Amino acid sequence: MSRVPALALGTLVVAAVAFLVLPVVGLVVNAPWDRLWSLVRSRSVLDALRLSLVTSVVATAVALLLGAPLAWVLARREFPGKRLLRALAVLPMVLPPVVGGVALLLTLGRRGLVGGPLFDATGVSIPFTTAAVVAAQAFVAMPFLVVTLESGLKLVDVRLEDVAATLGAGRWQAFRRVTLPIVAPSLGAGLALSWARALGEFGATITFAGNLPGRTRTLPLAVFLDLEREPEAAYLMSLLLLAVSLAVLVALRGRLWSRS
Amino acid sequence: MRGLVPTIPWATGVSVGLPDSQEQGVRRPAPLALVAALLLAACSGGGPGNGTEEVMVFAAASLTDAFEELAVRFEQDQPRWRVTLNVAGSQVLAQQLAAGADADVVATADERTMQRIVDAGLVADGPRAFATNRLAIAVEQGNPHAIEGLADLARDGLVVVLATEQVPAGRYTATALDRAGVTVRPASLELDVRQVRAKVALGEADAGVVYASDVAVAAGDVEAVPVAGEHDVVATYPIAVLDGAGPGRRAFVAFVLSDAGRRVLADAGFGAP
Repeated sequence: MSRVPALALGTLVVAAVAFLVLPVVGLVVNAPWDRLWSLVRSRSVLDALRLSLVTSVVATAVALLLGAPLAWVLARREFPGKRLLRALAVLPMVLPPVVGGVALLLTLGRRGLVGGPLFDATGVSIPFTTAAVVAAQAFVAMPFLVVTLESGLKLVDVRLEDVAATLGAGRWQAFRRVTLPIVAPSLGAGLALSWARALGEFGATITFAGNLPGRTRTLPLAVFLDLEREPEAAYLMSLLLLAVSLAVLVALRGRLWSRS
Repeated sequence: MRGLVPTIPWATGVSVGLPDSQEQGVRRPAPLALVAALLLAACSGGGPGNGTEEVMVFAAASLTDAFEELAVRFEQDQPRWRVTLNVAGSQVLAQQLAAGADADVVATADERTMQRIVDAGLVADGPRAFATNRLAIAVEQGNPHAIEGLADLARDGLVVVLATEQVPAGRYTATALDRAGVTVRPASLELDVRQVRAKVALGEADAGVVYASDVAVAAGDVEAVPVAGEHDVVATYPIAVLDGAGPGRRAFVAFVLSDAGRRVLADAGFGAP
């Protein structure tokens, strides 16, 4: 540390903070504060907001349902191919979102690997539905839950559960009274991150689910489209998403560190 | 026992595919020199080399194939220029220019979007109409749903995809549907007309309304059903030279407007201006 000139370090830190903060400041400054209330009640904003909230919550639930068992297995069990499984579980996190959308289309689309037979057999088509939005969001959000929960589970000393068993606790009781409280902060962090990621999803959604007001036009899509026609509505929705992101981060701060 | 431990996994050193290293972070050598070299390469790789000068052309999505061909012919014809093409929905182009993007030439799919660019004070020369287009219905190869006109698009259970009204194609489509007295319930409103075509080509949509030029370029998956004359819309494409462009840039526009340019556009399915 003594070799790094303090001035250089300080300059870089200031630059980093400016780089991160100024765009946010720009957004806040340019937001239509005077027309905020009337814009919020406009049809396009309300539709997008409602859809985004519903789909992101459902997507997070799906991520929890599918991701929690996966996290458990990754944390507690050893088996051949475990590293590969973990890599696959994390893949959607590093995959460019639009690539995720293309992949979903090729799998769940009408001519897709799974969607094709499904369509031929039942006539059910997934693209262009709200379910497709949930699928796209869950796809990109699940890794956040799996990874965070897995590390949280690893913090649990299995011996504590054994001790609980010797004291007469059943498996469910031991889980509820011993494991869950230790894992709770990680679970909360995982859920918050997944939800925020699902809410902000754009590339996979537009590619796989399409764009229709009320059915598949989520907030990020609405922002992109309204930027041309109704920029003030776009700024407002951007502000909403920004507020949500900040809220998630603030909520996470308390959970970022676990004390055991 | 553990004191303060971050629950964010990368902080604990839990990594994907690397040996478990929860005790401390794995030291991965990241030579600063390598990073710097990559950055420098990225910065210098953008400009034209070999003594050519760059012409930056912004073109509407429906002009993709035509302008790619025009660029190749232009570079062959006048080797001192190198054309860089930025293709997007017309409204995105207008946005980018308004936000200060550096371009020499812009060609949009309707006069309304071009007017926005003119109103922003960005145009030095033009706009001039260089091509026209008509609408067509794109259907899957073999026309399995036997679609014969706009009226068929209102059929129950048909998955129809249109361009969103923020894009010229979407507005033209709305006008045509209006003229035909047809109400369509689209499954999706795509961000540009090529996305509409793509959804039909991928088999996700049964039909979509696109430009005639989008289905003139023969490609296996899609067939064209013409739109009846009385409902059809004539799309006028303007091209303009932007402020700050040098005389060489005007050469590109001149090429587009020349006979050679007209032939390329006609081959791509566009009509005369």
